[in-house]
Amino acid sequence: MKKVYRLEDLDCANCAAKMERSILKIEGVRDASVSFVTQRLSIDADDDGFEEIMKKVEKTCRKVEPDCRIIRG
Amino acid sequence: MRRRLGRRERNALIRIITAFVLFVALFATDKAINLGGVFSGRYCWLLPFCLYFAIYVFIGYDIFRKAAINIAHGQIFDENFLMCVATFGAFGLAIYRGVSGMELEGFDEACAVLLFYQTGEWFQRYATGSSRRSISALMELRPDCAVVKRESGIETVDPSEVSVGETILVNPGEKVPLDGVIIKGNSSLDTKALTGESLPREVFTGDEVISGCVNLTSQLEIRVEKAFYDSTVSKILELVENASDKKAKSENFITVFAKYYTPSVMGIALLLALIPGLVTGDWMTWVYRALSFLVVSCPCALVISIPLSFFCGIGAASRQGILVKGSNYLEKLNKANIFVFDKTGTLTKGNFALSQLSPADKKEEILRLAAIAERDSSHPIARSIVASYNGKVEDGYVLSDISGKGIAAKKGDELILCGNEKLMRAYNVDFVETQGAGTVVYVAHNGIFVGSMLFSDEIKPESQQAIRELRNMNCKTFMLTGDNEKIASSVARTLGLSGYKASLMPADKVAEVEKLLAEKQNSQALCFVGDGINDAPVLMRSDIGIAMGGVGSDAAIEASDVVLMRDDLNGLPIAKRIAKKTMRVVYENIIFSLVVKAAILILSAFGITNMWMAVFGDVGVAVIAILNSMNVNNK
Repeated sequence: MKKVYRLEDLDCANCAAKMERSILKIEGVRDASVSFVTQRLSIDADDDGFEEIMKKVEKTCRKVEPDCRIIRG
Repeated sequence: MRRRLGRRERNALIRIITAFVLFVALFATDKAINLGGVFSGRYCWLLPFCLYFAIYVFIGYDIFRKAAINIAHGQIFDENFLMCVATFGAFGLAIYRGVSGMELEGFDEACAVLLFYQTGEWFQRYATGSSRRSISALMELRPDCAVVKRESGIETVDPSEVSVGETILVNPGEKVPLDGVIIKGNSSLDTKALTGESLPREVFTGDEVISGCVNLTSQLEIRVEKAFYDSTVSKILELVENASDKKAKSENFITVFAKYYTPSVMGIALLLALIPGLVTGDWMTWVYRALSFLVVSCPCALVISIPLSFFCGIGAASRQGILVKGSNYLEKLNKANIFVFDKTGTLTKGNFALSQLSPADKKEEILRLAAIAERDSSHPIARSIVASYNGKVEDGYVLSDISGKGIAAKKGDELILCGNEKLMRAYNVDFVETQGAGTVVYVAHNGIFVGSMLFSDEIKPESQQAIRELRNMNCKTFMLTGDNEKIASSVARTLGLSGYKASLMPADKVAEVEKLLAEKQNSQALCFVGDGINDAPVLMRSDIGIAMGGVGSDAAIEASDVVLMRDDLNGLPIAKRIAKKTMRVVYENIIFSLVVKAAILILSAFGITNMWMAVFGDVGVAVIAILNSMNVNNK
């Protein structure tokens, strides 16, 4: 499943790059890209346990950039 | 790029200005009366330290917080943390000087470094925010609501709640929220946001309208033909939002670079402090130099400015009605020097206009007869004949379609024949053969030849200019067509194409493109330009698939990499220019940032520069690179 999320308060470009690298390491994530410029996360992950994967993604993002939130609506 | 600041930005700015004023005041006082000399004795350094440190904490508390959180998360290569180490280190050195009785200095520097760092960070946020907003003007295409006519009355709902077949009302000044057909009203539409075309388009009852246009003059009732998620505006927005997914090679280079840059700089800093420190015993000097290294350890200038340049390039293109589906295509477009065109609908209008009629004095007669025969046919040539005839088309004829030859129309003893030379031969008509590039239609009345018409596909007026510009950019231009040799050579000559291939079946087009792809060098890129209708395989196969007149055609938007929203080939040279400018800025930024950073590192290592210079260099490079990127957007 491929999804695009908006990111809030992603303030530093290097963090975006770091976030992307760490998200790619999560199991079940096929492809991910974090764009600092558009403030968007696009992610392609396995359909099974997509929710679980997203939880891990959120946790990873908080680790790299504590202020940044993924808008999931 | 002036705009209102957000709340967060304003607060941050106020904080920076306050800190700056306080700092200048303190700095001036210090220089005037030497705060270190106010009290004498061992603890004389405490007064300046406390004052500077207060400002330092005021300007940097969020950095400390972030650094602390990140360390707790195990992220040690974090620039917040590194800034903290560099500035705390500088304070430490200054305190050491104070304690050991040396001349006091360094408190102001430690404080200023963080102040400038914050200023730079603020400016980066401001600049990226600005350019993001200016480009997301395109996002304003997104309609907020739709006014629906339902049994229960007129309701205002979210566009996604409207289903196909419902009727929506669009008042002047409002955006058309969904694709549909006008069932009542005539108006003019502003399609600028979609196509970059500034002239309004006149629309009438029965016309199709696409979402994202602004209704200008009068109310329209529209029957919805597509649900919101399938409508043109959603497709386009999705595309632009996802454009940053497809990263260019230079973007990937930066990502890899960033990964190794920070740890390497840190490693060198450590070695720089330890080895010469141990050898010379002059710890102060070498620790200070190492700390300067940490100031330049963030690759921010590159990490922001490169994607920003691409983003600005994509934004600049979209304002010209050119959708680029990813940074990688912008990169390839810059290298593109082979343009392969489909003929019908791309270089030519695909309308088969009447271009020659002989004998000329029998014009009315020929057209009258031909119109009778062709009145019910849907073939483009037939439509063109009927459109060319101004009088009333007589009826009462029995029309029979003679497959592959033409049409025979009968009324009593009267017989009209209208078709190609095969039809004339079949009826033994003695006819005068016409030569020319195009399709010839002969007309005979009661077995006697009346005259002939030549229909050719009109070349689009802008094709010539676009091809000329591409040639001036040293691009090769080829045409692939299913039409015969005669038509193809005439079009190729008129336009001045580098080459052409005629009489191709759709599958042959793929083979021809494969051949060209095999011949080209790696540094070149091949573009295929088509109308997206039946050339999807070729669009996919070429390096860059460019579809024309994308508005309203899902197939074209999906199969291609670049979409010319306006049905105008002049978009090609424009796109190429934008790509060139973007890539120039990208390379400028890469080289400029790397050179300046390397220079700062080397100078710091030899102690020629100090921490002030390092932070100016680091922040300054980022700001200049960002401004340079934004320059792509100002066209």
